[in-house]
Amino acid sequence: MSILIDKNSRVAVQGITGRDGGFHASKMLAYQTRIVGGTSPGKGGSFTSDKIPVFNTVKDVVINEGADTSIIFVPAPFVKDAIMEAADAGIKLIVCITEGVPTLDVVYAYRYASVRGASLIGPNCPGLISPSKSLVGIMPGNIFKEGSTGVISRSGTLTYEVVYNLTSNGIGQSTAVGVGGDPVVGLYYIELLKMFQNDPETESIVLIGEIGGDAEEQAAKFIKESITKPVVAFIAGSSAPADKRMGHAGAIISSGTGTAKEKKAAFEAAGVPVANEPSQIPSLLSL
Amino acid sequence: MKIHEYQAKHFFDTYGIPTAEGVVCKNVNECVDAYHKLGGGTVVIKAQVLTGGRGKAGGVKLAKSANEAAERAASILGMDIKGYAVDRVMVAKGVEIESEYYISFVIDRNSKSTVLIMSREGGMDIEEVAAASPEKIFKIAIDPHTGVPDFLAREAAWSLFSSSNIVKQAVPLIQNMYRLFTDKDASLVEINPLVITAQGELVAIDGKMNFDDNALFRQPEVEALFEPTDEERKEQDAKSKGFSYVHLGGKIGCMVNGAGLAMATMDMIKLYGGEPANFLDIGGSSNPVKVIEAMKLLLADPQVNVVLINIFGGITRCDDVAKGLIEAFKSIDTNIPVVIRLTGTNEKEGREMLLGTAFHSAQSMGEAIRAAVDLSNRE
Repeated sequence: MSILIDKNSRVAVQGITGRDGGFHASKMLAYQTRIVGGTSPGKGGSFTSDKIPVFNTVKDVVINEGADTSIIFVPAPFVKDAIMEAADAGIKLIVCITEGVPTLDVVYAYRYASVRGASLIGPNCPGLISPSKSLVGIMPGNIFKEGSTGVISRSGTLTYEVVYNLTSNGIGQSTAVGVGGDPVVGLYYIELLKMFQNDPETESIVLIGEIGGDAEEQAAKFIKESITKPVVAFIAGSSAPADKRMGHAGAIISSGTGTAKEKKAAFEAAGVPVANEPSQIPSLLSL
Repeated sequence: MKIHEYQAKHFFDTYGIPTAEGVVCKNVNECVDAYHKLGGGTVVIKAQVLTGGRGKAGGVKLAKSANEAAERAASILGMDIKGYAVDRVMVAKGVEIESEYYISFVIDRNSKSTVLIMSREGGMDIEEVAAASPEKIFKIAIDPHTGVPDFLAREAAWSLFSSSNIVKQAVPLIQNMYRLFTDKDASLVEINPLVITAQGELVAIDGKMNFDDNALFRQPEVEALFEPTDEERKEQDAKSKGFSYVHLGGKIGCMVNGAGLAMATMDMIKLYGGEPANFLDIGGSSNPVKVIEAMKLLLADPQVNVVLINIFGGITRCDDVAKGLIEAFKSIDTNIPVVIRLTGTNEKEGREMLLGTAFHSAQSMGEAIRAAVDLSNRE
């Protein structure tokens, strides 16, 4: 079954005529994602080189093509507006790839989307993929394999590294979701763990965390209380110094909290094995 | 991004948040002038540095005369507080404190909103209070679409104060703090302590503001206050060139595509018995210019004796990366061994291009890191 996206998801690409939007729209289309249209204010009525129709507004894509999912490639200063436009148009799942969005913009847009029943993924994320069904993001489809392990990650290429190890060991994925590296993001561990728990196709879960915040600690508690499927974790950043932003806006140990050590301890206390390195994950799953 | 107390005070002043009068001084003479300008009496001489713990370090002292002010200033100016040299102090008018409180607005990841945090335990380390007695801390999540209406500010004020006179002052103070927070894209606006004076006035006798780096592009007034340390300047420079860099101090220079993968690489270096020299996320491009700039940065570190390049090519193609690396190294002169791990799209083609070059090629992350650690420890 997978979660959030499948062959029926009708996807609109916001910012389709931009360099990244155009490039990844082609890649998603090649993966058989149902890209039903894109937006670029002023370029409505045209088509991309892949013959994807371009519209002026998200509402147009929803009305004309029945879009229910959107992926945002617009520059950071315009993301808040893009998320609101999508939510207002009736999009139910909004995936935001863009990095560098001001946090207060995310706070505002997240609330706007929530109130309208739309889920947000990201920002600053690689998107999500249900292998063999749909790719709504920038993840390289060829390293994924359809299977029964759900993947939740705050990272981009580290997710690929982990998935590469899984696939090489014959362990396929039901859905892999990149939640993003920012301090405030949409769907996070707990909501996704719940979805995987309720997904008949998912039998196990891999969680890839990193320093900063306490989402992993909260996830650990939630897993102990409410998740029966086996979970394996990996936490990046054990060697990170305090008070430094390690690339991701949300990856920072501040006032001594948010360390990898604390997160590992929380998972271990919840009975979730924590890998020492990504290549160890397949063997921990087989336990 | 951080700013000094006196700069936060300036923002407070423009937003109608009551503060104690203060003057920024760079030497003892200026401090004595300030003392007189403030009308004598009791003043507080406070080190202005971009770190906490000033009081504990002896960087905050009372003075009751011009001579004392001179003496305190002399002892504080030039002090080192947690690696920061004190080149400025604020001479602030002393205030008769009756009671102290804590109040701040901060971004809260869990509620995905700005929260108002208040406590009667003012003048203390709020994290210690939160750890030891969480019940002493009041938190209100602010709906970004509503802000802080009068009723909410009153509710907050009454939870902290018991006098109408104080609540009347607290309501606009809370609302102004929130306005300042959102207008300037802050990540923290903190007053600790907020005091009630013997005269029944609410005054902020300290102030702290942190700002969202992602929003600096639209906050030129804030960005103008950026005062980086040498390391921070290097990090900022790297950022302007399109990559993220943090110096760590070890011997194995790293270049990785992706922040999470870069962190995992550093972690594994340590796990295998090596010491990472840095964190460096080169992002998604195989552009030779970026590679050259990143390598220059790594090689400028005299402690680096091995370079490890870890690339997982997703959209980025491994043969493009190999091409970029070979191109980059045409203009880089170094004897330092370079270990390259290329996996992902077109990995075979990429690795083939590296055959016959001086690069040590590796297929898996583990292999690459082991090779780098061995080479580094051998040197």
